[in-house]
Amino acid sequence: MNMKNLKQEKIAEDRGVELNQLKISVENFNFYYGAVHALKSVTMQILENTVVGIIGPSGCGKSTFLRSFNRMNDTIPSARYEGKIVVDTQNIFDKELDVVDLRRQVGMVFQKSNPFPKSIFDNVAYGLRINGIKDRNFIEQRVETSLKQSALWNEVKDRLNKSAFALSGGQQQRLCIARALAVQPEVLLLDEPASALDPIATGKIEELIHELKLKYTIVIVTHNMQQAARVSDYTAFFMLGELVEYDKTSKIFTNPAKKITEDYVTGRFG
Amino acid sequence: MKARQWQQLIGFGTLKICVAFVLLALIIIAWDIYSKGHSVITWEFLTAAPRNGMTEGGIYPAIVGTFYVTVLTAIISIPLGMGCAIYLNEYAKDTALTRIIRMAIRNLSGVPSIVYGLFGVVVFVQILAFDTSILSAGMTLGMMTLPWVITSSEEALKTVPQAYRDASLALGATKWQTIWTNVLPYAVPGMLTGTILGLARAAGETAPILFTGAAFFLPFVPKSLSDQFMALPYHLYIMSTQHHAIAKVRPLAYGTALVLIGLVFIINLVAFVIRYQLRKTKLE
Repeated sequence: MNMKNLKQEKIAEDRGVELNQLKISVENFNFYYGAVHALKSVTMQILENTVVGIIGPSGCGKSTFLRSFNRMNDTIPSARYEGKIVVDTQNIFDKELDVVDLRRQVGMVFQKSNPFPKSIFDNVAYGLRINGIKDRNFIEQRVETSLKQSALWNEVKDRLNKSAFALSGGQQQRLCIARALAVQPEVLLLDEPASALDPIATGKIEELIHELKLKYTIVIVTHNMQQAARVSDYTAFFMLGELVEYDKTSKIFTNPAKKITEDYVTGRFG
Repeated sequence: MKARQWQQLIGFGTLKICVAFVLLALIIIAWDIYSKGHSVITWEFLTAAPRNGMTEGGIYPAIVGTFYVTVLTAIISIPLGMGCAIYLNEYAKDTALTRIIRMAIRNLSGVPSIVYGLFGVVVFVQILAFDTSILSAGMTLGMMTLPWVITSSEEALKTVPQAYRDASLALGATKWQTIWTNVLPYAVPGMLTGTILGLARAAGETAPILFTGAAFFLPFVPKSLSDQFMALPYHLYIMSTQHHAIAKVRPLAYGTALVLIGLVFIINLVAFVIRYQLRKTKLE
């Protein structure tokens, strides 16, 4: 359990970089679907500009956990929670907080790429327009920047007005990332973003994550252990709704503190 | 041949026969009406009022009456019905109460139309004192069409993938914005199709307008909402059962039926075209 409360000074020291600010703090977080206790007293801290990988067998609660950060679980009628998730200094479950503002700050990319049946341009511009931005030049610039950030610009710059459905699976997923980036969130939640993609497209998404972490704090759920090892700075291992172990990725994959973590990352179960 | 191939042959064969039966019935009805009715359809038939105790002349007032009352039905049932469907599907939580409401709406679409007619007499004609008028008839037909509009609109809303809503909400859109920009545009073709089919059904109904506004004979078209009106289905009913010289006016009755069927066909065609157009723009 001592691993759950990582001292940020120590982490920074180990990484040999300057101190990262604490971005998200999860405190004693419980989540229920009706009578099902899906997440059990999870406590963990996430530092700014790092990538946190969340791994664990199917049904361990990792997607539920991810969807808690932007309160997407609010749409599920039987959902209930206890505890706190603090982003910067704000408890996101605070009654005063507007969930719409939270979701602008904490962006999300879903497992299955879900572009709108609109043009490529309109997909990326969507988040800006619903936020009341009308300035055409501003929108055009932001669309271009976002598509460049998601490494899609060169492939689509000549056909921005074509339907997003004409893109390949990997391109669609990068479009969804661009769409999330366009509103300039601070945190990016990725729910198995490459699970439906071929190895080349997956490689592109992973490269992208490496670059994005310079500007964003990223939490990524993945089923793929190699992917977690490749892209994340820290890894959290969940099982049956409990956070079993949370540490630097190199530690989790080479010298985990718990036997069960070792069994999982070496493929002995799950 | 193996047993399972026989099984398939017999299975599909039976299904084909079912389809053939339905088509045959449809063709016979259409042909019967066309062959007996097309000879009376002239320009005068479509543009003149009935004359000589409705044994001569045309059905113009009935065409216009049916058109007016159908428009009124649309004005009443579309906003109410679509609004109700959006609320039920997008906002209302899944509770015992909303489930009862849904069930009640579905049951309402199975209520016989004569019952709506009686409801119209009591509520619109008597209590609200709209008298027997195009307004009362339109509202009665509107009430009858509502469950149809609500149910088909809700089905159309359900076909919009949850992923569109999630993606929009995750970008910081409000529920209202999400519905307007990312749900309705994709649901509207389906909503309209179901609605227009409901209106086509209303246009052909006799029972709900029987006591609420339809007139036996009027030589003119209605000028205001409080006027009575002639309507195609009611006119057809009179010409085929209530007229003093039924045998003599039989061709006129068939002609009226042909016009009514033609009108319903045109309405359905409009629904088809609207859906096709909206689908096309959506996918481009």
